[in-house]
Amino acid sequence: RKSCAVPSSPCSCSWTSSSVLLTFAVDRGNFKTCDQSAFCKRQRALKPGQSPYRALLETLELSDSRLTLQLINDNNKVHLLLELYRLQGNMTRVKINELKPLRPRFEVPDVLIAEPPTEPLSVLSKDDNGVVLSLGAKNQRLIVSARPFRLDIMQGPEVLLSLNSRGLLAFEHLRLHKDTDKEEDGLWEETFKSHTDTKPNGPTSISLDFSLPGVEHVYGIPEHADDLKLKTTDGGDPYRLYNLDVFQYELYNPMALYGSIPVMLAHNTQRTMGIFWLNAAETWVDISSNTAGKTVFGKMLDFVQGSSEKPQTDVRWISESGIIDVFIMLGPKPSDVFSQYASLTGTQSFPPLASLGYHQCRWNYNDQEDVKSVDQGFDQHDIPYDFIWLDIEHADGKRYFTWDPHKFPQPKEMLQGLMDKRRKMVAIVDPHIRVDSGYKIHNEITSKDFYVKNKDGRNYEGWCWPGNSGYPDFTKPEMRAWWSSMFAYDQYEGSMENLFTWNDMNEPSVFNGPEVTMHKDALHGKWEHRDIHNIYGLYVQMATAEGQTQRSGGVERPFVLTRAFFAGSQRYGAVWTGDNAAEWDHLKISIPMCLSLGLVGVSFCGADVGGFFKNPSTELLVRWYQTGAYQPFFRAHAHLDTTRREPWLFGPENTALIREVIRQRYALLPYWYQLLYQAHKTGMPVMRPLWVDYPKDTATFTIDDEFLIGSDLLVHPVTEEGSRGVTAYLPGAGEVWYDVHTFQKHNGAQNLYIPVTLSSIPVFQRGGSIIPRKDRVRRSSACMENDPYTLYVALSPKKFAEGELYIDDGHSLNYDTKKEFIHRSLTFANNALTSSNLCPDCNFLTSSWIEKVLILGASKPSKVLLKMDGKETPVDFEFDTSMSVLTLRKPGMNAGADWTLLLQ
Amino acid sequence: LLLILGTPVEIQRPRGVPLTSKKPFYEENKPFTCLDGSRTIPFDRVNDDYCDCKDGSDEPGTAACPNGSFHCTNAGYRPMFIPSSRINDGICDCCDTTDEYNSGAKCENTCKELGLKERDVLQKMAEITKEGFLLKQQLIEEAKKGREEKQGKVTDMQENKKQLEEKVEALRTVKETAEQPEKEAKERHLKAWEEQKAAIRLEKDKAKMAEAFLELDDNADGFVSVSELQSHAELDPDADGTLTETEVQGLMGGAAQVDTSTFESVWTNIKDKYHSEVSREEEPAPVETPPEEVKEPVVDNDSEPFPEDDISEEEDEDEDDEDDYHEDDDKVRVYITQKTGASINFSDLSFDFGPDAEFTYLYSQCYELTTSEYIYRLCPFNRVSQKPKYGGSETNLGTWGSWSGPENNKYLVMKYEHGTGCWQGPNRSTTVKLTCGKETVVTSTSEPSRCEYLMEFTTPAVCQEPANMDLLPHGHEEL
Repeated sequence: RKSCAVPSSPCSCSWTSSSVLLTFAVDRGNFKTCDQSAFCKRQRALKPGQSPYRALLETLELSDSRLTLQLINDNNKVHLLLELYRLQGNMTRVKINELKPLRPRFEVPDVLIAEPPTEPLSVLSKDDNGVVLSLGAKNQRLIVSARPFRLDIMQGPEVLLSLNSRGLLAFEHLRLHKDTDKEEDGLWEETFKSHTDTKPNGPTSISLDFSLPGVEHVYGIPEHADDLKLKTTDGGDPYRLYNLDVFQYELYNPMALYGSIPVMLAHNTQRTMGIFWLNAAETWVDISSNTAGKTVFGKMLDFVQGSSEKPQTDVRWISESGIIDVFIMLGPKPSDVFSQYASLTGTQSFPPLASLGYHQCRWNYNDQEDVKSVDQGFDQHDIPYDFIWLDIEHADGKRYFTWDPHKFPQPKEMLQGLMDKRRKMVAIVDPHIRVDSGYKIHNEITSKDFYVKNKDGRNYEGWCWPGNSGYPDFTKPEMRAWWSSMFAYDQYEGSMENLFTWNDMNEPSVFNGPEVTMHKDALHGKWEHRDIHNIYGLYVQMATAEGQTQRSGGVERPFVLTRAFFAGSQRYGAVWTGDNAAEWDHLKISIPMCLSLGLVGVSFCGADVGGFFKNPSTELLVRWYQTGAYQPFFRAHAHLDTTRREPWLFGPENTALIREVIRQRYALLPYWYQLLYQAHKTGMPVMRPLWVDYPKDTATFTIDDEFLIGSDLLVHPVTEEGSRGVTAYLPGAGEVWYDVHTFQKHNGAQNLYIPVTLSSIPVFQRGGSIIPRKDRVRRSSACMENDPYTLYVALSPKKFAEGELYIDDGHSLNYDTKKEFIHRSLTFANNALTSSNLCPDCNFLTSSWIEKVLILGASKPSKVLLKMDGKETPVDFEFDTSMSVLTLRKPGMNAGADWTLLLQ
Repeated sequence: LLLILGTPVEIQRPRGVPLTSKKPFYEENKPFTCLDGSRTIPFDRVNDDYCDCKDGSDEPGTAACPNGSFHCTNAGYRPMFIPSSRINDGICDCCDTTDEYNSGAKCENTCKELGLKERDVLQKMAEITKEGFLLKQQLIEEAKKGREEKQGKVTDMQENKKQLEEKVEALRTVKETAEQPEKEAKERHLKAWEEQKAAIRLEKDKAKMAEAFLELDDNADGFVSVSELQSHAELDPDADGTLTETEVQGLMGGAAQVDTSTFESVWTNIKDKYHSEVSREEEPAPVETPPEEVKEPVVDNDSEPFPEDDISEEEDEDEDDEDDYHEDDDKVRVYITQKTGASINFSDLSFDFGPDAEFTYLYSQCYELTTSEYIYRLCPFNRVSQKPKYGGSETNLGTWGSWSGPENNKYLVMKYEHGTGCWQGPNRSTTVKLTCGKETVVTSTSEPSRCEYLMEFTTPAVCQEPANMDLLPHGHEEL
């Protein structure tokens, strides 16, 4: 949920409803273009050319792993300090700050999980023109050119990446206000619509350019409702990163949305690299390419004539304040970049297993009776679900942490009812706090002086759902600790262990603020909101997740959904793509939006199934369930003004279609869970673009209508109205893919046309993989805890396959603190399927067993033997000749045991 | 696995199979053929926790088959099938606890309690149904009488209409004649035209009277009372600014209230001064004039064959305009048809009051329910509305649309549509679910979707003939 545009809500009292929209579209006028953002306009006016910056080589200092060097701007003689670090894991960090700033400039805390470990740097050569540094052993060098200043990272003879090669390093140094400053430049004050931004610190923006020779494909920098492959921004606005509550956002444009992750990935057939621009202020990213305008024929002509300049992508980052602090992740493989970024900002939190099930949400389930009847509806229609959600109307007058006394008089009774069904609930807790002297939360924040302050030092107040609201200063560690303590069972009345939390509106959304957010001159301690804006939402989720962990004494995993996010948010829970709409294009865009997030660490992503605004057609709703069931976070949600759309309200046929796809989701929960564990351990995205696993196959580089789940499932959802068929690209020359519904085998490296009906969900399992499923789908994931597994062994053309099985209790942190889990490797080779232990010192007992093994692409054996504990016992089997599927009947071994199945 | 352990009575059948119907298929120690005939398996594979049959029939007592079902005997209550996926899932589904034989869930046998409770409920329901059904018979009888009376009126009106139509026909002839150049003919025609106008005026006056009656009858009880008339200050006979009760009684010929037939004499007294309420209302006519039929067809019906502008013009303007001699005479016909049509509908016979007219008594009644925030008002066959309890204007939640129950009994659900529009949403609408009850009362309201209301309403009119009490379930069926 949602942005403010409901006349009955308090916001209408404070702002004219002329902005209320008659048509469905964002009111672009509410949000700034680069031209309307003074620093972006100033910076963008600066064109590529000779940089005024010069490196003062005589100031070079090299300690073991840190090199410092002064830069001077020859135009204004301001000195900057450059710091270079070689980081462990093939990364380079570049920091640039003023040598002697008038006041300290903001450096973003709490994003890096630790001070990144460094490696020694050494000077290879040095002369008047520059310095050559060695970057570790891999023949990598960093060249610092003095005049003009630029940096080049090279491997052998090849330039991987250059900084300031286009001369766009620009550092607006802190200064005193002079009467000669031109007013129209917006240096000391700027007005947008009715809002004036007083800028007591004057201009503070920074900019730097990066050139990527040999790169034609760049990705990342979410959140934008746009294609996976980033577009060039010449002639339009740059991609904007500024967390905003955008009412009814439009697709396929670079406008800012709810979250910001300033990480870009660059990819070609040889290498994948990443740029992490650690800055939490409003940021704009320009992208240009020397090949973008060229046709395929033009490129070919260049190639034939040998006259081609090398393709190159140029990127320029512009931020309003702070310092330049860039991490250059040098790959070279996609998985290397993921682990490099994970080593800096951490990995996806490992969620409770239940949160990978299906979530039923609506703004709003009206009362306890409503919750009960929806819960019963799922059982009546035999549809599994794990979580039911309550939006803002559940709270007493939008006072979060409370319950409406008429609609939800007995929250514990309601939660107990869900617990009896082994299900859970999420209730919303937003960060805007109703200013109300009868409200405990408000009074405590006031007495502890925890509110954000306005420029005059009084508590900042703005309008949001409850009316006049204060905004807790989540940048303060003491405030976060207090907030966390509010989730204790004795503080949050009516809460129980099966109640979890949703943080919405944490951009923060301020209905009557500039661009529906907080004034940039509001104060968080000594820092301006301008400096910290994009990280506010991360802190809200961080404090909430911490509170949930604490309430259980550090035993249970939290589950918190957030709308706003920043680099590092992956450590605290799930993210969804905000207030989308019941339109086919919104269904389509959910794929690149979640893929982009996955590339930069946020694996636990989803979009509102069905679309938030407007009523979906039945076909769209069914297709959305089919798509959402194969995305990591699977939640249906709907706006207050929409008609009800619980899965059984569209006739028995559609109920059956939705039931079927939710069941498919539940059967695959062991695989999803294992992938989330992998993401948590390694940083590998769960939902991936094809190029991540097929980095040399250029045909995959722009695909964003299909995707991989892990490495082993390929999904091409049907996202066209009235579709009769889709064309899926199956990657991998010499590989095979099996249709998961029919077991039909298809060759890789082909475009496969798949005829579809309303029940079709094209999904393929990679030949060479083993996927564990629980085919006994029950009404919630907890009910399936002890159920047996079926192993789907899909053989490669070389009759090989491998996979993993991960099992733990599904909800506690004991996997981490006590190593209570089972992690097994499953390998099929030489006609034997073997389960071996990947964690011998782990300790967990399961009653789950292996009920069935399906081997796809097999030949018929004469005999099958189970080898276990030194004994051999025969296993019954069946062989389907038409599809070459061998089914092993009830081998029966415990899922945690060592065993081998021999085909003879 | 084949025998239920710990049960006092040893039952010779696989777990999850009902004793009665399917048991013969599960014969111990004989190969088992899946009930769909797809294959035959050794009997030791029945209930061995592995799904062999596509139809799930080999695993009636385990959760192995995704499409299986499990039978609980539930002695003392009623037997039922549950999906196999609920066996040993840690949740007690069968009141006899037999679904949780291996999950560790602590279930208690609640069948006896449930059985007693159910019998109690059924007993009460049966009593209600019985009494309700008797009441329904009375309703049907009353409706029959009322209808006969009204039918009489209708016959009169139809006769009236017929006469008027004949007149029009005559006039048409007259007009044709009048178009001859002869002066005498023209004069003759003019005279006839005057007569026609008088007829029209008379009819129009009747229609106005009907409308006025409906307007005045605020509580829609079929009578205009003194107090209802008193709200029309313009009727004050001595023009002293107050309309006293005595003055009203004078206007009403001394009666405390008048029905439609006696209203005619009152109308003669008041028609010159009477101001319609319609023009003063903000709401459009269809909302505020209760029985929908009275409203002019021009108001909201696209498919209406009448030339809308012309008709409304004629409606709204003064008589002076009517003597436009050269107006197309078809319009006259249309006008008359319309007026008489309205008068006939006024007698409310066009509603579907049920197969035996048992819902007639609801017509022109209203029923209220007060919740913590609102007062809801259901006026059957008319409209549903909502008013804030502590002041504020009334919202129309829908005007009468149609019966829309399930195919086998459409009279179980009423649909009210086209209420006040919602912001960025549909017009409000209300679904009224009718259940059998001795009393006619609104029992609950809710708003499951924004602007889509749900009301529950009890009435004897939907009570069915009571079933034989012997059919009530007793505990002895299964064991």
